[in-house]
Amino acid sequence: MTRWAMVADLRRCVGCQTCTASCKHANATPPGVQWRRVLDLEVGEYPAVKRAFVPVGCMHCDDPPCMEVCPSTATRKRPDGIVTIDYDLCIGCSYCAVACPYQARYKTDRASFAYGEPTPAEEQRFDAKRLAVATKCTFCVDRIDAGTAKGLTPGIDPEATPACVNACITQTMSFGDIEDPHSNVSQLLAENQHFRMHEELGTGPRFYYIWDKKEEA
Amino acid sequence: MSYGPKPWHQSNWDFRAALNFIFGGAGAGLLVVAAFSGLAGDALRAEMLLGMALIGAGLISVWFEIGRPLRAINVGFNPFTSWMTRESFAAGAVFALGLAAAWLGSQPLAQAAALTALVFAYCQGRILQAAKGIPAWRVPALAWLNFTTALTEGAGLFVALATLFDTPAKGVLAYFSLALIARGLAWSTYRGSVAKSAARPALAALDRAGKILIQFGTIAPLALLLLGLFAADVARIALLLAGVAALATGWQFKFVLITRAAYNQGFALPHLPVRGTR
Repeated sequence: MTRWAMVADLRRCVGCQTCTASCKHANATPPGVQWRRVLDLEVGEYPAVKRAFVPVGCMHCDDPPCMEVCPSTATRKRPDGIVTIDYDLCIGCSYCAVACPYQARYKTDRASFAYGEPTPAEEQRFDAKRLAVATKCTFCVDRIDAGTAKGLTPGIDPEATPACVNACITQTMSFGDIEDPHSNVSQLLAENQHFRMHEELGTGPRFYYIWDKKEEA
Repeated sequence: MSYGPKPWHQSNWDFRAALNFIFGGAGAGLLVVAAFSGLAGDALRAEMLLGMALIGAGLISVWFEIGRPLRAINVGFNPFTSWMTRESFAAGAVFALGLAAAWLGSQPLAQAAALTALVFAYCQGRILQAAKGIPAWRVPALAWLNFTTALTEGAGLFVALATLFDTPAKGVLAYFSLALIARGLAWSTYRGSVAKSAARPALAALDRAGKILIQFGTIAPLALLLLGLFAADVARIALLLAGVAALATGWQFKFVLITRAAYNQGFALPHLPVRGTR
């Protein structure tokens, strides 16, 4: 069974936000909505200050709290692990947003555009269905589905891969099937030390962060 | 825009959501005490209608908050896991039984409505507990604090209303006292359970609200109840103040809980990336 997962190698990320920009472009999200964003974290006190850039977004959890609380069943989980939202069912109660420990969900009540009036591109891609309902990263599910239908491999073939992964200039982000031991993501996790965010909450996030190579035995 | 690891306050639920817990809890608590206090006839009808009006006001308030109000019926699609769906079912049962009780003046129906009101109040607590993204909400102790404050607020409102006409029955006052003590204990348990998980500003907001809840919402009403017991000439005013204090402090606590103490989880890295030579 295929289970899609994202791996971010924190040693590589330079915080350029190209993934953020490509996500906005691919998904036509309005101003203030960043399904993929990169945190710029400073840790410690001078002179022992360290900086880390951390890509975040929907973690497509194994046990998503957003799905459990959703009263309308708009939030669902596919067999391949991708958590989806049915914009036609969602009532915009935002219960999922307060249930998500990763601050991955957004609700935009009114149409907003980068320069006030919509640009021709914004006009063309505006989707009223997304107003006043919950939205979030979809792992570019449309690209995955269209790509796999053509026999392509998500994470390997760009046409079938999430936009943020394609755009990453440092190959920080990788996407693939974590159930396949030979996949790119499985290999990366096997070779490196990694963690998942807020793992103690039991959500089982499908977003892994590599922070160091494995200790040699 | 940089989002640091520090939690920030959620902006999804505002005072409209808070009003659902404020009015819903008090309304449910009022139905419980009204149904089991021995009231009958018009007095029972009036209390039942007031309790349902409060629950209805809370639900209308939250209806104004949802993004797609015309799809509100979809709230009932997930009884298997969503406490919000279960709350809506419980509310439906409260209204069906409560309106029948008020129409027929039936005490058994009023008691059945009161039992569903208890379920409604419990669901409201579990709604908060299921919000995993908010450390100040997700503890099981909050469900019980929410439940006990609903009972206390309802009892306080009932006592305050009763003093306008007569001195409330001793059984009602005993129930009110027990509810006050239970709420005080539930607050103490809750505060202990969020001590390590909630963000510092959330704890500061909770402590301010909790101080009011204990001083003006527990100790003061209990003292006023004692005063009413021993000083018959000021009994009614003392009981009125006790009821209002129990109600108002519960409301202020829930308002703070939703709109001031709801800091999110923030972000945390258990390890920093190791770059270059080690």
